[in-house]
Amino acid sequence: MIQSNNIIKTIGEKMILRGMNLEIASGETVAIIGPNGAGKSTWLKITAGLLKPTEGSLLIDEEPLKKDKYELQQIIGYLGHQSFLYEHFSPVENLRFFAKLYHVKKPDKRIDDLIEEVGLTFFKYEPVRSFSRGMIQRLAIARAILHDPKILLLDEPHTGLDQQAVDILNKVILRLKKKGVTVVLVTHDFPQVIKTCDRVIILKNGRVKDDIPLEGQDVNWLYTHYERQAIHS
Amino acid sequence: MKNLLLPALVIAGKDLYSEWKTRQIVTTMLIFSSLIIVTFSFAFDPSNQSVRVLIPGMIWIITIFAAILGLNRSFTTEQSNDHIHAFVVAPIDASSVFLGKFIANFIFVLIVQIIAIPLLFLLFDFRVLTIESIFYLVGIIFLGTFGFVSVGTFLAALSSNSKSSEMLLPILLLPLATPVVIAAVQATRIVLIDLEKLSSAMSWMQLMIAYDLIFFVAGLLLFEYVLEV
Repeated sequence: MIQSNNIIKTIGEKMILRGMNLEIASGETVAIIGPNGAGKSTWLKITAGLLKPTEGSLLIDEEPLKKDKYELQQIIGYLGHQSFLYEHFSPVENLRFFAKLYHVKKPDKRIDDLIEEVGLTFFKYEPVRSFSRGMIQRLAIARAILHDPKILLLDEPHTGLDQQAVDILNKVILRLKKKGVTVVLVTHDFPQVIKTCDRVIILKNGRVKDDIPLEGQDVNWLYTHYERQAIHS
Repeated sequence: MKNLLLPALVIAGKDLYSEWKTRQIVTTMLIFSSLIIVTFSFAFDPSNQSVRVLIPGMIWIITIFAAILGLNRSFTTEQSNDHIHAFVVAPIDASSVFLGKFIANFIFVLIVQIIAIPLLFLLFDFRVLTIESIFYLVGIIFLGTFGFVSVGTFLAALSSNSKSSEMLLPILLLPLATPVVIAAVQATRIVLIDLEKLSSAMSWMQLMIAYDLIFFVAGLLLFEYVLEV
């Protein structure tokens, strides 16, 4: 479970998060949407342990996420705006390196399976620098789930993906959802939110503006609701 | 152990493998070292015995400037895809990043020294080495390089966030490394030219050991603050 208790984050003079309260239960797939500058990526970075909150606390399974909480870091998979991949390494070499960092047991089999899942088997020994943006993103997704995380944090994962890659990513998310992995998705891609998520959280000016279940809703409803909550209110 | 030494070896292994594939850092360091040696061998007459006194200084000029070339790249290469953030979110101790980078940088500098120092002796026709002086020389080079790379790795990480990191690193590093450089040059001079004053060389070596310990431990302890975003 992820608990965000009144998190305030100030960067320089600017207050990005203004008391963010949020609870995400284990196994939920949640989308965080909102206008640019609402604080979505900042909150995700705090949850991943990349940023410290200025005030408030972030609890994962009721424990605060600190630098030496290796067990908590082990259960989190994070995909940010950057891929974290080494461009002169091949997909296999990149994943092997991260498998060692995350103490993955029997990494070769896991790496082969993941590369196949993201559709890069043909390019597994090619250097990443020759890859398109979409291929890099697919490999970055494999990197984020390599260590079988219980919590997966994805920051705009659909950006720059073609339709085939979007389908691959959605399949991965739905497979993890079935396994009981908690997935938090920061995105602007509403059709993918409808396809993959159970719940959507609308953020505005560093606060939770709305928190709604998505069961039975369609993308038109989401657009209308978002406009009402995040733009016109 | 699981979160410090093992990840450090993984990071060092990654850097060494990366270097094996790209051959960017050590090649640049070797070209630079060779250029210094060749330039000096033309500038001074190697057959002149008085030129021998230059050799201890030249060993450390090669080490310092070649090491700076490598140190500069050590962390800037981690910035293209935010690899530092990958280390922050991974279940590893922040000190393991320092330790891993230190091991890789130390090996790079040692490779350069293993090639450059015999070349220097060869071009300057330096034949007065005894087994004893070689033994002490190896120890001094190890201690001096250890201290320089310790403080250099820490400062390279610190300066890598700056846009002008390549300029900032020598500005920060050279004043801070002065004690170990002076000690290394003095001790090298004694073992190569004046072995009778070995006790004096031992004092310089003790100074290097103290310097190495202080800066290595400080680097390990303080590195998590360098990684903080």
